Amino acid sequence: MNRRPVFLISCLCFGFAFFYIPILSLIVFSFNKSRLATVWGGFSTQWYAKLLDNDQVIKAAVLSLQIAVTTATFATVLGTMAGIALARFQRFRGRAGLSGLVTAPLVMPEVITGISLLMLFIYMAEWIGWPGSRGFTTITIAHITFSMTYVAVIVQSRLTSMDLSLEEAAMDLGARPWRVLVDVTLPVIAPALLSGWLLAFTISLDDVVITSFTSGPGSTTLPIYIWSKVKLGVTPDINALATVIILTVGIGVALAAYIMHRAEARRERDVQMALSQDTP
Amino acid sequence: MAPFIRIDRVSKRFGTFMAVNDVSLDIMKGEMFALLGGSGCGKTTLLRMLAGFESPSEGRIFIDGQDMAKIPPYERPVNMMFQSYALFPHMTVEANVGYGLKYEDISKAERAERVRAMLELVQLGAFAGRKPHQLSGGQRQRVALARALAKQPKLLLLDEPLAALDKKLREHTQFEIMSIQERMGITFVVVTHDQEEAMTLADRIAVMDKGVIRQVGPPADVYEHPNSSFVAGFIGSINMFDAEVTPGGAATTLDVPALGGEVRASAKDIEPGRKVKLAVRPEKIALSRERPADGNCFPGVVKDLGYFGKDSLFRVALASGALVKVNSVNSSRDGAARAADWGEKVWISFEPSAAIVLTD
Amino acid sequence: MGRERGALARWFDDRGWRQLVIGVPYLWLILFFLLPFIIVLAMSFARRADLSPPIAFLEYWPYLRWDNFERLISDTLYVRAFATSLWNAAIATLLCILIGYPMALGITRVSKSWRNLLLMLVILPFWTSFLLRVYAWMGLLGTNSWLNKSLTAMVNAVLPAEHALRSIPMMNSNFAVVLVMVYSYLPFMILPLYANLEKLDNTLNEAATDLGSKPWQVFKDVTLPLSIPGIVAGALLVFIPASGELIIPSLVGNAADPMIGRVISDEFSSARDWPMASAVAVALLLVLVVPMMIHSHFEKRAQERAEGRT
Repeated sequence: MNRRPVFLISCLCFGFAFFYIPILSLIVFSFNKSRLATVWGGFSTQWYAKLLDNDQVIKAAVLSLQIAVTTATFATVLGTMAGIALARFQRFRGRAGLSGLVTAPLVMPEVITGISLLMLFIYMAEWIGWPGSRGFTTITIAHITFSMTYVAVIVQSRLTSMDLSLEEAAMDLGARPWRVLVDVTLPVIAPALLSGWLLAFTISLDDVVITSFTSGPGSTTLPIYIWSKVKLGVTPDINALATVIILTVGIGVALAAYIMHRAEARRERDVQMALSQDTP
Repeated sequence: MAPFIRIDRVSKRFGTFMAVNDVSLDIMKGEMFALLGGSGCGKTTLLRMLAGFESPSEGRIFIDGQDMAKIPPYERPVNMMFQSYALFPHMTVEANVGYGLKYEDISKAERAERVRAMLELVQLGAFAGRKPHQLSGGQRQRVALARALAKQPKLLLLDEPLAALDKKLREHTQFEIMSIQERMGITFVVVTHDQEEAMTLADRIAVMDKGVIRQVGPPADVYEHPNSSFVAGFIGSINMFDAEVTPGGAATTLDVPALGGEVRASAKDIEPGRKVKLAVRPEKIALSRERPADGNCFPGVVKDLGYFGKDSLFRVALASGALVKVNSVNSSRDGAARAADWGEKVWISFEPSAAIVLTD
Repeated sequence: MGRERGALARWFDDRGWRQLVIGVPYLWLILFFLLPFIIVLAMSFARRADLSPPIAFLEYWPYLRWDNFERLISDTLYVRAFATSLWNAAIATLLCILIGYPMALGITRVSKSWRNLLLMLVILPFWTSFLLRVYAWMGLLGTNSWLNKSLTAMVNAVLPAEHALRSIPMMNSNFAVVLVMVYSYLPFMILPLYANLEKLDNTLNEAATDLGSKPWQVFKDVTLPLSIPGIVAGALLVFIPASGELIIPSLVGNAADPMIGRVISDEFSSARDWPMASAVAVALLLVLVVPMMIHSHFEKRAQERAEGRT
């Protein structure tokens, strides 16, 4: 087909304009001099300067990062375990139950997850005296619970597509099942584990609804801080904060993608070079 | 001498599907044995049962006198070379080859020495530091072989060892595998769907079909004396006709309607009147313009001619309408000296000893 | 390897690691997902009370009250909230299909290097903050925004002067909710669709063209039927979270016409009626079970097909 798909190309242009115009507009207005966030009053970087002075924002960002790193690490461990159990252990009692428990949080509306966890924490405090107050621990537990299921799905699908003979080969060469997992399976799926970690990290960093139910006074994460501000309307300092966050994440993701692309290209070159030397 | 491997009435069921059906087989020490068959014939399942990845639904497997029923793959004196090679992508060639020695009770130095010797054996000493993706197909194959041999197993299993290589490389590698096997004296069991590969490599071949072993024997035996029309048709090319044994004297004579006459065969002890099949290999049939003095000969017309370089395949139509494949070697470079041309009237003939009589 | 390894190490090596791999995530999910859910379920059969926690069950057998569910059906607030939620989610899903399908198809038709870039551009907003993307629209929809002003000017150019508008009321409406939902969930539609369309064999298109089909017919006869699994997957990934959405209706929605997520949150936090909030949550889950079952049905079929092929 040599005809250029004009219709599809214009849909793409429209679609990407739709994706990026709101974000660009937000970035532009973060440099607005005016206090009125939506009316242009000249160029200024004053809101960024104010951001640096805002202790609340800095504290919230630090807490968010702490929670996100802890969450991502625990979620990767637990999610990987669940993914391995579902993909590799064909018959065990309660397999259907585990598979249901892994998929259910994915489709559970966040409000319900949030409320139910809050009730659990309240009743646990009543019955066993823990958690005494809600904060870092309760938020992290909540985040681990729903982000581990994303990791489990990623790991499970990676394991399903993995060449089983790699594991058989290791076993054939004398490795017990547990060693096979450590020596072969985990290193081979390492990229999936990394993307699972990153996904859990961003999900945790981004979460508002579940955090709003499981956090307590004095434990304000960055999204909760933003949430409490934006409920009151659009303000230029939030524009500046949003710009910082979006650019940080955007550049980070783009950089990661570029590095992965480069590695992939190098690998492809290696393979091409290797294949060309096949002479008996 | 007791067999090295005894497969005793082994069956394997997957749900209702019988992958392997009541197979018994003895394999001797130091033998190069091939399991040959089409896809789904059960050859790979049988191999995987030897490796321990599947356990038989019924029957028992003994390796070196030891019952394998309760022995997991990682404790069997057996190593396998996988069809996909299954090289660990995150390890270097050296680490791949040395992996099997990691869980053996040997010193680091000895381990390094064994790995070096193995890489030397497959001529990959210079590639020790590379990762699998930096190797060509042929090199990967040799790493897989070295890795499987490094543990000095009593039995080496090879699953379609040459399938992923191109034709030129395959021939070369075939002989390499044979020389390694001879040098190390290890028992090899090869699974393949490629009959030429099986015949070149193996001391003995088992032809499998639908989970059952149809015939076991040395390659020449299986080729020249197939025991059934399945084996005759599966291995090599063949002409096959319905026939009936006619009452006669010392030699068996067959009435073959498709050929339009009687055929003398050197088969013995078949009662007259029995319905049988006559099978003749194309290369055992001669083609001539004049009627030959001796042998079973029938007139026909050349219908098709396929030129393959070293030989040609003729298809000769007989009066009955039957087509007979005839293979003839092009021993001369002169095209005119060819046995016959399109549309030419010819005689086909074959010796009584070339006639295979199949009673199934 | 010494023979005298400890009993614990031996247990771990033989069966223990397996039991741990299964057991630890299992226990975690039972404790922090199943148990809380059972609490919600039980609470939906209780009554609000001035206690701590503020609930009371029936004092005698069967200990369950159906009051909340009766109220759910009789009180138009809840029925309307359900209708609004499902309607908004359905419209958003439909729009996502209409916008996402041509985009996904378009991405499969460009060169490989462009393809990676465009996919990156689809995924990028997905990684950046959900809340901030909603917030970006608050700046655009408001009456003083440049977008609203330019749209108003365009409309006024057509309208007679006496009917000229001062601005277009877009904020705090169902329109805004649907628009922002489409914006937020569009990547969820494009990505599974792209994955599906990308796998389609291009020779099928060529075969159909070769047999005399025009491009539109090729699309209708070949591409569209083969991409239905992708459409279904994308539609559910949009519809299910959209119907329980809380952030979007809270920020750009109409408070007089709330969506169900907001009702649950308000019942819980403002009205402190935990049992009613639980009952609404249970009802929402029951409503969502239908699309979830459709999803798992398709999933199972796809899996069977994949297994049949090997």
